[in-house]
Amino acid sequence: MIELGFFYLFSGLAVVSALGVVLSRNTVHSVISLIFCFFNAAALFFLLDAEFIGIILILVYVGAVMVLFMFVVMMLEVNFAGLREGMLQYLPVGGLVALVLFIEIVAAAGSGVFSPTGIPDPGHAAQHVNNTVEIGKLLYTKYLLGFEIAAIVLLVALVGAVVLTLRVRKDAKYQNISKQVNVNPDDRMRKVKM
Amino acid sequence: MSWLDVSITAGIWALEILAIAVPVALSVAYITYVERRVIGFMQVRKGCNRVGWAGLLQPIADGLKLFLKETIIPTTANKLLFVAAPVMALVPALVAFAVVPFGETTLFGVWETAHVMAIADLNIGVLYVMAISSLSIYGVLMAGWASNSKYTFIGAMRATCQMVSYEIAMGFAIVTVLMMSGSMNLSAIVHAQQGGFWHWYLIPLFPMFMVYFISGCAEVARTPFDLIETEELVSGYFTEYSGMWFATFSLAEYGAMILISLLTSILFLGGWYAPLPVLDFIPGTVWLLAKTSFLIFVFIWFRATFPRYRYDQMMRLGWKVFLPLTLVWLAVIGLAIYTPGISDIINFWRPGVGA
Amino acid sequence: MSLLKRAVRTWLLVELFRGLMLTGKYFFKKKITIEYPEERTPLSPRFRGLHALRRYENGEERCIACKLCEVVCPALAIIIESEERDDNTRRTTRYDIDMTKCIYCGLCQEACPVDAIVETQEFEYASETREALYYTKDMLLDMGDRYEEQIAANIAADAKYR
Repeated sequence: MIELGFFYLFSGLAVVSALGVVLSRNTVHSVISLIFCFFNAAALFFLLDAEFIGIILILVYVGAVMVLFMFVVMMLEVNFAGLREGMLQYLPVGGLVALVLFIEIVAAAGSGVFSPTGIPDPGHAAQHVNNTVEIGKLLYTKYLLGFEIAAIVLLVALVGAVVLTLRVRKDAKYQNISKQVNVNPDDRMRKVKM
Repeated sequence: MSWLDVSITAGIWALEILAIAVPVALSVAYITYVERRVIGFMQVRKGCNRVGWAGLLQPIADGLKLFLKETIIPTTANKLLFVAAPVMALVPALVAFAVVPFGETTLFGVWETAHVMAIADLNIGVLYVMAISSLSIYGVLMAGWASNSKYTFIGAMRATCQMVSYEIAMGFAIVTVLMMSGSMNLSAIVHAQQGGFWHWYLIPLFPMFMVYFISGCAEVARTPFDLIETEELVSGYFTEYSGMWFATFSLAEYGAMILISLLTSILFLGGWYAPLPVLDFIPGTVWLLAKTSFLIFVFIWFRATFPRYRYDQMMRLGWKVFLPLTLVWLAVIGLAIYTPGISDIINFWRPGVGA
Repeated sequence: MSLLKRAVRTWLLVELFRGLMLTGKYFFKKKITIEYPEERTPLSPRFRGLHALRRYENGEERCIACKLCEVVCPALAIIIESEERDDNTRRTTRYDIDMTKCIYCGLCQEACPVDAIVETQEFEYASETREALYYTKDMLLDMGDRYEEQIAANIAADAKYR
């Protein structure tokens, strides 16, 4: 009973904040709405006993990804009035895409796969079941290959991002810190015989 | 579960939260006093000793002053975010205390088994603390942006870069602890260090202890990493704040400092266990608080000793020194656990985890 | 060898610990704070504080209205008006010093041929109004009467250096 109440609370807040992301005129407000939306999604995971996934959602998305998002959004000055000008022109195509998506969602929801009989309620795990351990066991045994491939892909993306953005400018002057740190007083001063 | 049970549980929770939040707020106030006295002593001064006996009422006087001051909101600021930012900074600093175990108690023999003194003894306590403390960035970032001033914005950018960078080194330092303890539950981590200081993770993980504590210093922007509130930035992201909202930021900062000290004691210094088993008659909570107080003293000692880092030096330390160091130590610990001869040595610190 | 030594020193944070030891040592040192209203630092006999007008031992005021101090005053803080008194001596009728203008340079004291205007060691005369910092002849003479002993002692102590 309480659980159901919390489910409606969190999912309702998630929907409201998701609407806030799209409808807000201020981009920073949008980002904050998105953060709030992630929080509610994490809360829904907690209700499903998936505390590891929930906390990772907060740690990775809210704690790291959204910070960088916010960083970029704060530094950009986007002219939204200008962006909105062509809205009427794109409305038919956009509306069509939205309609198709909506029909798909309705069809999927009504297909019976997501019904109580399609996914039986697993109930609550016992207190001592540690889903971090369970996820770890699965990741490093059954799904090891996929996990490693994902890791490699991320590493390639990381290196690629560095390679694409790294520019060594010859005219820029910067200090070599290890040289500064390793300065020896004897090298700096020399006694000269006059 | 009837509504009565629910309300009783909620009431107990509320009491538990108060029992932690109020002492935290009070100790924040008195840490400012201790800080002024200790730094004064180290600079051969006496520090504040005028208000009350030995100046002990000084924090209360300061608090009253800040409380009565006018809160100025700049006309060009984004008012909603400007007001929300200090709260966003304070809430994570306090919420993170929810999983910190302050000791074990049988409530003077009322309970048969010892219970962990934490609001929530989570299985993923370590991850929870990391996730929640990473949220305090938003307060800083929003304060810097909403003030609509160049100084605050540069301060907020520096703060964000600093926190994001050092969180990684901190995370890896924690991972080595998790490898030793085999659990993400903070009370289980403490249990694994039972029985004298030679069982503490301080010894096998000494470099990680240093990395964690120094990164903690950077995470809460204490000297020598306080370059986000330097003079050239007119005190950084809270330039435009005054009165109670300003006080909220320092409340958050000092709260985070207490949290880092508590976690360092729990992860590396054996939590509530006495350094020698002979000293077990002293309650565990006293030991935990003593260790934490010492680490807070070290924070203040740092401030009295070290000059401030330059921005590029700080970034270099985080990415080029701490991160590789933690990765190397991660490999060292991993190899030690799975190398036949050495694993016996390392398993001395892993009771019940090895084999 | 020196490379190894340097590496050890860097990674064991030797210099940082040395710094901590230094501040740690100073933590226990005797504190040099002087808690002002209760404790005071010693003042030099040449200390230049609030002004005073002195008198001779028979009660006659020293000032002869030569106006040298008024002339030498770089801040134009001194205003003097003089008249002939009944016994045909020249005396001041007005001797005002505006302490808000005064820069406490001590030139008036140097210029005075009869040691009439002097600066005392008194420095606690802060006030809440500007008017209270405008010192008239009576106030200055009163200062002189009250601090005569101290002023004489200071002049005597400093005499051999003049």
